[in-house]
Amino acid sequence: MTMARIVGIDLGTTNSLVAYMDRGAPRVIAGRNERNMVPSVVAMTDNGFIVGDPAKEHLTRNPERTVYSVKRFMGKSLADVQSEIAYFPYTLTEQGGVIRFKLGEKTYSPPQISAMILKELKLRAETHLGESITKAVITVPAYFNDSQRQATKDAGMIAGLEVLRIINEPTAASLAYGLQEKTQGTIAVYDLGGGTFDISILKLKNGIFEVLATNGDTHLGGDDFDRLIADLLITEVHERHGLDLHAYPDHMQAVRLAAERAKIRLSDVPETTVMLDLPDGKGRFTRELTRDQLESLTTGLIERTLAPCRKALKDAELTAEHIDEVVLVGGSTRMPLVRQRVQELFGKTPHCELNPDEVVALGAAVQADILSGGTTDMLLLDVTPLSLGIETMGGVMSSVIRRNTTIPAGAKEMFTTYVDGQTGVDIHILQGERELAKDNRSLARFRLKVPPLPAGVPRIEVTFLIDANGILNVLAKDMRTGQSQSIEVKPSYGLSDSEVEQMIEDSFKFAGDDVSARKLIEARLDAGALITATEKTLLEGGHLIASDDSAATRTALAVLSAAKDGTDPRAIRASMAELEQAAKPLTVALLNDSLTKGLQGKKVSEVT
Amino acid sequence: MDHQHTHNSSPRDLQMARSMCWHCQSEMSGEYFCDRCVKVQPVSKELDYFTCLGIPRRLTIDQHQLETKFYELSRAFHPDFYQNKSVSEQTISLANSAMLNTAYRTLRDPIQRAEYLLDLEAGAVKDIRTSPPADLFEEILELQDTLDEYRAADRASSTAATLCVKLQAERATLERRQQVMEAALQELFAQWDALQDRGEATSQTRSERDRILKHMRDILSNRTYVKNIVNDLVATIS
Repeated sequence: MTMARIVGIDLGTTNSLVAYMDRGAPRVIAGRNERNMVPSVVAMTDNGFIVGDPAKEHLTRNPERTVYSVKRFMGKSLADVQSEIAYFPYTLTEQGGVIRFKLGEKTYSPPQISAMILKELKLRAETHLGESITKAVITVPAYFNDSQRQATKDAGMIAGLEVLRIINEPTAASLAYGLQEKTQGTIAVYDLGGGTFDISILKLKNGIFEVLATNGDTHLGGDDFDRLIADLLITEVHERHGLDLHAYPDHMQAVRLAAERAKIRLSDVPETTVMLDLPDGKGRFTRELTRDQLESLTTGLIERTLAPCRKALKDAELTAEHIDEVVLVGGSTRMPLVRQRVQELFGKTPHCELNPDEVVALGAAVQADILSGGTTDMLLLDVTPLSLGIETMGGVMSSVIRRNTTIPAGAKEMFTTYVDGQTGVDIHILQGERELAKDNRSLARFRLKVPPLPAGVPRIEVTFLIDANGILNVLAKDMRTGQSQSIEVKPSYGLSDSEVEQMIEDSFKFAGDDVSARKLIEARLDAGALITATEKTLLEGGHLIASDDSAATRTALAVLSAAKDGTDPRAIRASMAELEQAAKPLTVALLNDSLTKGLQGKKVSEVT
Repeated sequence: MDHQHTHNSSPRDLQMARSMCWHCQSEMSGEYFCDRCVKVQPVSKELDYFTCLGIPRRLTIDQHQLETKFYELSRAFHPDFYQNKSVSEQTISLANSAMLNTAYRTLRDPIQRAEYLLDLEAGAVKDIRTSPPADLFEEILELQDTLDEYRAADRASSTAATLCVKLQAERATLERRQQVMEAALQELFAQWDALQDRGEATSQTRSERDRILKHMRDILSNRTYVKNIVNDLVATIS
């Protein structure tokens, strides 16, 4: 029996990807723009929501209505993110323990925003594969707690996807590597992404990928590096120009993006220039930034990843010498200092053969293939990253399932009453490693129904079951009657079932309008970008081409401008193609010109 | 022969007890899958972990054999392979996997394995209260005082430094003690296994059996106590 196709999705803090199994090899699906990654950015425009690259342009243009790094808010309450709210340009509120983004008149939960990114990926896969996609495997950081996993699952449902499995990012990466290398032995996967850090230690043997221990920090990633650079720039702009950029949300975004670009650049070159246009026509801020400066700025953050590595080794009852291979995952592992510190810790040169931006999505596709029955020789045995417990007398957490227990994992606890005739027992479920209940994450509360009997007589057996997704299920049974009782678990920081249903309904209601509206918006945006770029090129290189060619380009520009103001996306696309054709002599001439200039003063040996 | 012993010598009896396939109602003869309709069967609640993982009920075990069987059964039960199956089969797969993981975790660790065996053989392992070794009672009381003093002292002070040295010495003593207890446990494990291998059921072996179990229980309880103290100590001074 073959199943409908299942795709693998990496829903990242900064970028998201979708992959599928193509004749035995996982493959990332590129978009119209040939790019594999969809920036995890959602912008609300006057004509509806847009996602990905076009939305990214709105970060500086329309910062209050453009959501980025939504993953940092999944499964969180407002209080959880208090310390960093100031960094985000959008307005956050809270409803029933769940954060809402206030965009225009309405508010949206993190799963709703994530669902828009997922829909974009779904559409991308459907366009590429020419079939409807309804099932997916979605990856999450290994150190995500129950609420964060549940929120991710909710996002999938809202996007019209049945989430067959939530899989941990580092383990997904190990599947992609395992398929490639047929590795055996003990491996460490160091995964530093845009917003989260994970370390997983696995044992690979005969196709079984057994996770021995995992650790991490769900609030540590590339975003934090960017923030340190941005803070430095903001301070310097203030010192030099007396301008407080905090008052200019659009410029704050420009600073953040410039910081990110500089950081990425410094992985390849020892020095780069940061340029910022200042507000109120105050000119431009320029600064050289060296890799050394970046490293001394961020070394503290990199050090913060090492403690979880040591904890994971300890939990796996291993030392660094036992690790046979180290695998690097996540864009932030491109930083030379990260590689150096990881190499020092494990005493091994880390692997980075597979693109660290894509390896997680590739692994998700492998897992999707396993679930659809395509691959049967590989099996992933993952663990729960955090201890699960219940609050007992005196506000102490009593552990029910320890961290790093292989999932699925189950445990039974017996409950009784303290007072005669008591008809209910309140149970508070927690996740975390701290002694006191209040220091751990509250997952949910529920009330066990008990028949009125003398104290201590009722015996209710509660089964806590963590499934293969790392998500908790609770069952209760009255041992005297043998009757099972269904439990209404109220999540502390999650959407209720009815809220999710409502959001799915809303998303369907607007789906039809959304698609056509979005096509128009995207076409207009692309057209706008092409017009700007062509005008700029014409200005720079107009003198290099024949006057006929120049005139033809100007005509095509005018035609496209007119089409852009219309409402037919196809007409816009057609005019774009014409402009591209007309401007060809210009681009060719400019390319030749820049090549000649670039090569001036270089020896032949440096060129060939 | 007592009932307990019958149970030990032929653990398969339980599994093979007449039961029916939940799906086709035919009499079950397969281990975890129905011979007739090939559906996965729920692992019986009465099945002990040793039997489930196909290893003899001994305290010294072949880790490699245990792991191989665990991987084999993981492949048989894991929910990944039940995605196309009915809800009933998915439910069984989930429950069996959870049970298998618990069984493996318990048997893999020598201390947990011994505690589990005690529970099987003598029952009510939850009644093991952690208790201090009688001869260390005074020393442990003193240690608790030192720990309290250290917690109250200013970390930078010379008092704290002196106390820390004292605590480090205590830690070394306790860790040595823990090792001694673990060695004694190993010895008892070997005695238990030898007794099982002989397989006799005389009154003499029965009293020997009870002696080993009791001794094991005492040491396990002392060991847990000492281990908790050491953990507390390490957490305080680090």
